[in-house]
This record gives sequence, structure tokens and C-alpha cells, in this order.
Amino acid sequence: MTTTNVKFYQVGSFAVGNRLLDPGMRTVQSDGERSNSINSGHRACQGCGEALGARYALDAAMRATKGQMVAVNATGCLEVFSTPYPETSWQIPWLHSLFGNAPAVATGVAAAMKVKGREDVRVVAQAGDGGTVDIGMGALSGMFERNDDVLFICYDNEAYMNTGVQRSGATPPAARTATTQAVGPEPGNQFGQGKNLPLIAMAHEIPYVATATVADLHDLEAKVDYAMSLHGARYLHVLVPCPLGWGSLSSDTIRLARLAKETGLFPVFEAEHGEVTRSSKIRHLTPVEDYLKPQRRFAHLFGANGNPATVAAVQAIADRNIKRFHLIDENTTGITTGDAAEETGAR
Amino acid sequence: MRTQVEGSQAVAEAVALCRPEVICAYPISPQTHIVEALSAIVKSGRLTPCEYVNVESEFGAMSVAIGSSAAGARTYTATASQGLLFMVEAVYNASGLGLPIVMTVANRAIGAPINIWNDHSDSMSQRDSGWIQLYAEDNQEALDLHIQAFRLAEEISLPVMVCMDGFILTHAVEQVDIPTQEQVDEFLPPYEPRQVLDPDEPVSIGAMVGPEAFTEVRYLAHARQMQALHLIPQIAQDFKQVFGRDSGGLLHPYRIDDADTIVVALGSVVGTIKDVVDAMRDEGIKVGVLGITSFRPFPLDAVRDALAAAKRVVVLEKALAVGIGGIVTANIRMAIDGLDLRTYTVIAGLGGRPITRSSVRSMIESALTESLEQLTFLDLDTELVERELDRNRERRRSGPTAENMLRDLGAVTAGKR
Amino acid sequence: MFGVRVHGRGGQGVVTAAELLSVAAFDEGAHAQAFPSFGSERTGAPVVAFCRIDDKPIRLREPIVEPDAVIIADATLLHQVDVFAGLAPHGYVLVNSSHTSDELGLADLAASLPPDRLLTVPATEIALRHVGRPFPNAVLLGGFAAMSGLLSIDAVTTAIKEHFPGDLGQRNAAAASEAYNYVLAEIKELSNAHAG
Repeated sequence: MTTTNVKFYQVGSFAVGNRLLDPGMRTVQSDGERSNSINSGHRACQGCGEALGARYALDAAMRATKGQMVAVNATGCLEVFSTPYPETSWQIPWLHSLFGNAPAVATGVAAAMKVKGREDVRVVAQAGDGGTVDIGMGALSGMFERNDDVLFICYDNEAYMNTGVQRSGATPPAARTATTQAVGPEPGNQFGQGKNLPLIAMAHEIPYVATATVADLHDLEAKVDYAMSLHGARYLHVLVPCPLGWGSLSSDTIRLARLAKETGLFPVFEAEHGEVTRSSKIRHLTPVEDYLKPQRRFAHLFGANGNPATVAAVQAIADRNIKRFHLIDENTTGITTGDAAEETGAR
Repeated sequence: MRTQVEGSQAVAEAVALCRPEVICAYPISPQTHIVEALSAIVKSGRLTPCEYVNVESEFGAMSVAIGSSAAGARTYTATASQGLLFMVEAVYNASGLGLPIVMTVANRAIGAPINIWNDHSDSMSQRDSGWIQLYAEDNQEALDLHIQAFRLAEEISLPVMVCMDGFILTHAVEQVDIPTQEQVDEFLPPYEPRQVLDPDEPVSIGAMVGPEAFTEVRYLAHARQMQALHLIPQIAQDFKQVFGRDSGGLLHPYRIDDADTIVVALGSVVGTIKDVVDAMRDEGIKVGVLGITSFRPFPLDAVRDALAAAKRVVVLEKALAVGIGGIVTANIRMAIDGLDLRTYTVIAGLGGRPITRSSVRSMIESALTESLEQLTFLDLDTELVERELDRNRERRRSGPTAENMLRDLGAVTAGKR
Repeated sequence: MFGVRVHGRGGQGVVTAAELLSVAAFDEGAHAQAFPSFGSERTGAPVVAFCRIDDKPIRLREPIVEPDAVIIADATLLHQVDVFAGLAPHGYVLVNSSHTSDELGLADLAASLPPDRLLTVPATEIALRHVGRPFPNAVLLGGFAAMSGLLSIDAVTTAIKEHFPGDLGQRNAAAASEAYNYVLAEIKELSNAHAG
């Protein structure tokens, strides 16, 4: 049987219809039997990337573990909108930890399961970027270095959203937040700060580190599935646009997540024991403007009082990522001049 | 089995006998010997099944304990001083969630200035956290209280802090009777959780509670602690049945029945006070000592009954409420409200300063003649204080207080030689 | 109640010495309480440890300010720290040294005590010979047993062997026994000299 390398480009959004695929290749979300780990009725904003990401990730994890799973959740948007007293939208065993200790609490749950001879019950810990890269950093590093059997998922919307959009260690340069306002000589978040948690996770040489976005459901589910086939400390970093905090349309959530990848600003890759094993290639190289313009948190970079130099600096970050993570291949379209072309040539 | 062993080792043995399933600890003086001993007990396979988790901080310790306890495992940790403060958010979380964690607090002073020696400021800082607080008088009681603590915690669904004086008890080698596994198993059944993370019966634990129900949730927490006032003596009774000795309970009264003057204290200093009481009783002075074992819940009624017939009460405290004075005294005054009783607060032993028989004796003698001030600091070196105050008056940049006084201490001592 | 104060430097096993004393006393049916004067861990710094022995339970929790006996594991402390502070009249003093008390500059103290109450024993040398390491702690306990008559050498060696594993325990016990005999001989010599 001959195979054809088919690229699916539909409705301008690269969506892949499940009905075109083999049943075994369809997404968990397309399955009527999915767990609905986080059920409808939660209070997330319209277009919330995190609600989407959590639903995708946890249902995939539930399938992978045949429903034998416990979730530990740090304080943050997900925890707040999913458990408005007296209701809960969780249909799985779920423990709200504190803000900075989801990894440690998850370690405790895993230890208890081990002692009880129930290692078939897997543990997923989840937090936003604040709870992961800032206040949760110590506990996270501890969980990593002990190689505790926990999958930690960070839903990164790049700021402390639930408390009113304040800057976190994951806030990108130039972004406006309530504590990095678009005023003064350097409006928005400072360049030269921030941390790359996936790289930090890799430095711990844990069994599995991966990044993903809510734009590619197959990819995200596959990564969760793979992660659950492993044991030890695993880390998944998911980009989840926040319409409120990013100042974007609620209908743009998935498009923006895709653009983050297509510009090179958010590298999508996998790593095992400290080495990158695979990176998702950019399909159509896109200038960062296309990603930044639909977000009001970057509005001060454009228009009459705009700052092209800052935009160029952001572009430089994207270019660096492309080189560093080999995000371009021979199939990538949209390459015009300069480094990107060299990159393709080299590969 | 009677043996001569370090307090920390005795506690480790007792904890191991309770069959904890998860032990998570971060080292801090003076608790280190306890967690070291337990790590060896687990690693050697003597205690199994048990997971020993080397956490990255005290906050990590209490967090791991919360996850473990919520998943249905009997869980233990230990800390002191700065470590207890580092985990405070999780300390309140544990009690708020009603998780029956048992934690040893090897009482140590809180800095600044940094100080590794004994006083009660650490556990006292958490007296309102919702944890049950028990104070051990000696190492036998320290080990016994841990066994009682697991039973108490699990019956009532509240975490329990067993407080034992750092160094003074943890590092003292004395005679203890270590129970057998059979005895402990008879006294302490396996942990049956009230709430547990179980895929077969999913529940959400840790929801946000708004104004409509928060008060009720907190009221219940208080009510549960008050229940413990009945449970604690009951458990002590059961303990006596199985192990054959008096240990624990709410209070330890000593020769208070006809006492005019009663000294109130917590922890190991009660032993020293007992020696002074005996000596003074031999001289016909009617003095007694009331040791408080259960500080939270505070046994208001029992304390009132114990002190009612006395003329005066001297509360000897190893902690200080900066800006007002005594901590235990305030609780005592609540208990004796309305009674015609003078109370004196004596702050002693801060940062590990030894509390001597002679100083205790002088303190009581002053109380007898009503010449003791309302609030005194035992063995205070007023000269040292005055010199620092002089320095402050002389110039604005008078320098760091602690360092100045330490330097003075050297100078003062040198001068005296 | 009998109070012993042990002086030495960090790393010489002073804390262990006090602990072993308490174990030996316990083995002979007494109540005993041993504890260090606590400080941060540091090799070489002056360390003090205490041991109370009594025939009834010990409730007291203060440092021993009026010791009935003082054991000095490191003679360099003699004129640096007030090791004899509060020593009871007719108290016992045992110093780890191959010198005499006069040579150590303790003539005044010697004059105030009965002759068999201020003794020296070359504990470090004995330890080196038996154990190959300069730890005088266990050795000194043998000497103390002889000097005070408070504990039998058997109780001391048993405690030593329980604490130190295998061969190390045997050697330390042997060293303690040698010190025991050494001090006994010293005492005998002094009483002969006295008589003679």
C-alpha cells in the first residue's frame, strides 16, 4: 500500500478532522466515552486556554491510566474556576494543595500510593505558570531531583491571571501586565529576565520534558499518553492563551497558540534525560508581529507610539529559538531571507 | 523494655512502632537525631512498608505530609523553630483540611537573633493554627505522647503537634521504657481515613469556601478541638491500661491540693520545679506546680479547678508575646477569670538560658512576699540592657543590638575576672 | 545525687563519655541523666557534657554547676576554661595527661583536695596503643570508675562494647580496663606514700 504524505490544511487553521482518521488515531476528546475529568459547569472565562488544556490533558491521562489517577492542583485560575463552593466540576479524585507546593503534595500522594501497594494509581500535579516557575520552584525542583513518580503539568498563560494579571517569571519580554505596565522608557516586561522552565526541567535530567500548546490537540494528548507510559518525574509545559490577560479575542485562543509556535516564540519539543529528542517543526514561518498584534498586552509596541526596535528584539528571541531547537525543516514554508533560510539549508 | 537512650532515639522508636506509612522530613537542629534514626529504621527494612521522603524544605515536608495523609497514609514529620515558621501556610492547611498528621516540634527559639537553643516560641507561635498541642515533661512522656498522638489525631481528624524541649529532652540520655510492637498495635489500630483520594470514589478536597459557609467550617474546627478535651484524658486512660503507666492527659498537677502558691509551666522545666517544690515543702511552705500537657485545646475548666484554691499563681513561660508580655498567662487568666487569684508572669529560659533551682526558688520566695512584679524576666542582666540603651541614646548609628550586647558580654565578663 | 562534668574539645568524644557513664550507671540499677552543653557542631572548640547519677528518678534539668567530679579530656583547657568551677569540696578530678598534677600547674588545687581525689591518667596514649586513635573518652571512664568507686569496671566496659561496634568496642574496653588498673595503682601508691 502506498502512503501519501498528506498535509491537512483546512479552514486556514490546520484543523484535522477526526472523521478522516483511523479510529485508533482519533483524539480522546472526540470520544463520547471520555472521562470529562473536568466537567462542564466550571466558571472559566469564555475562550480560556487553561480550561481547554486541562480538559485535554486530564482526559488523555485518564485514558492512559484507565481511570486510576489522582490530581493535585495548585491555587490559581484552574483551581478557582473549577471548584466554586459548593460545587466541583472534577469527576476525578482531586486535591487542592496550596499555591507553592503542588509538586510536594503530589509527591506525598505518590508516596502514599506506593506504600499502600497501589502504584497503579498515578499522580498528576498541575499549576499555572506562577505556581510553577515562581512560588512552586523549590518544591518542583525537589520533586524533580528525587525523581518522584509525578507528572507535573504547567498551564502557562504567562502571568498571575487569577489575581489580576501580574507579572510572573514566565511573562515574556515587552508584555504589559499590572506590575509591568506600558509606561516609562521601557514599557511592559523587561528584557533579560524570566526563566525557561522546560530547560530547567531538562537540567534535572528527568525522564521526560515536553512543551505543547492547545492548538495541537493530537500532539498534546500524545505527549500526555507517552508521559504516562513512563515512571519518575515528568514535566509538561502547555501554552494556554488567556483572552482576559492577553487582551485577545476569546475566539482567538487556539489561533494565538498556533501562532506562538509558528513564529518560533514558543518552541514545541520533547526531551528525555536532559537531551532534546524531537521538536515540532514550524509549518509556515510567521513574523512575530502576526502573533503580537492581536494581543492588547503588546499594543504599546505598535501604532503611533510604537516601538519597532522592541518588536525586532522580540523577533530576535524567536530567531534564536528557531536555531536552538531546530524548529525549521525542508517542509517549512514562508521563509524569505536571512538566518531562517540558512537554517533550512543546513538541515 | 527499659533502656538508657537519647530522647530523640526514644521518640524515633516510638514513631516507628506506630507504623507510619510516610515519613517526610527536613533536617533542623535539634530535631535531626529523630529523623536520622527514622531514616535508618526505614532504610534497613525494619519499618516496612514505609516511604521516607527527603524533602527540599520544611514547607516541602508539610506539603508532602498533606498529600500523603489525604491519600490515606499514616504520616509523620518533625521540625523546630525556623522550620516550623517556614511551613506555616501548610500547617494551617493541614488542620483546615482535618488531616491527622503527627509532627514533633523540638522546641527551639525563633530568630532573629538566630539561636538554636530551647524555648517555646516556635510552638507558641502556632497555638492558633488549629493543631492540637501536647507538651512532654520528660523523655518517657515524649515517646508516649507520640503514640497517643496518632490515636488522637486519627480519631478526631485533626493534626497533633508533640512538643519536646530541644536539646534538653531531645539530646538527653535517660531511662525510658520502650513499648513492644504488640502493645502499640493493641492501642493503635490501622488508619481509617474520613476522607481519602480514591479513584473508585472520587472526591474533591480543598475547595474554596466563601462567606456563606466559612464561619461554620471554622466553628466545627473549634468544636472538634473542644471534643479533644474529653478524648485526651480518655486516651491517657486507655494508654495506662495497655502500657501500665500514667502519661499524657490534660494536666500534671504536683502537690497542688493545699498549695497557696502554684507555679504553672510547660515541658521539661516542670521537673526542675518539682525539685524546688519538694525542698520548700520540706520547710513547710505550701507550694505546688501545675504542668500543662495539653496546651491546645486549652483545658480551661481543669485549670480553673486546679488553681481555684490557691492564693497566687506564678506562670513560668518559655516564650514571650512581644508588646504585651505572657502567652500562657493570658490563657491562665481566661481560665481563672472571676476568681480572687494574683497571677505573676515570669519569662524564663529564653534562647536556652538554664532555669536553675536557685532562680526558681527566689522567684517563688518573691511571690510569697508579693514582691514579685507582674511581669519579670528571670535572671535578666539589667546592666547589659542598660549599656545598649545608653548606646542608643548616644548616637543614631548605634549598630546591631545583638552584636553590641555580645561584645559587651565579653567585656563585662573580662572586667569581672 | 552525684554530678559529673566532662570537659574536652569537640571531636574528643566528650558527649559520648557522659552518655556511656549514664548507661553504665543504668546497667548497675541507678537512674542517670546525661546531656551536653549544647553548641553548634565544631571540632576543636571547648565542649562540656554532664552526667547525673542518682538512686531515684532525676527530674532536674539544669546544667551541673556544682559537680562532684570533673573529668578533663584535654589538658590544654586547664588554664583556658574554668573547668573546676563549683567543684564540691573533696570532689574528684581526673585529668587526661601523662604529667603529674604539679607539672600541670595544679598544685594549689591539689592542696585543697585529698591526694587520691586529683589524679591524672595518660588516656590518649593508652587509647593510641589499644585503639590506634587518640580518643580518650572511653579510657577516662575506666579511670573514673577506679577513682570514684561509683561504677564497676564491668559496667563501664559493657557500656563501651554496646556503643562501639565489634573490634572497636573490644579495644576501647581493653583501654578502659588498663586505665582502671592504672588509676587503682596510682591510688594505692598514694595511700602507701601516705602511710609510709
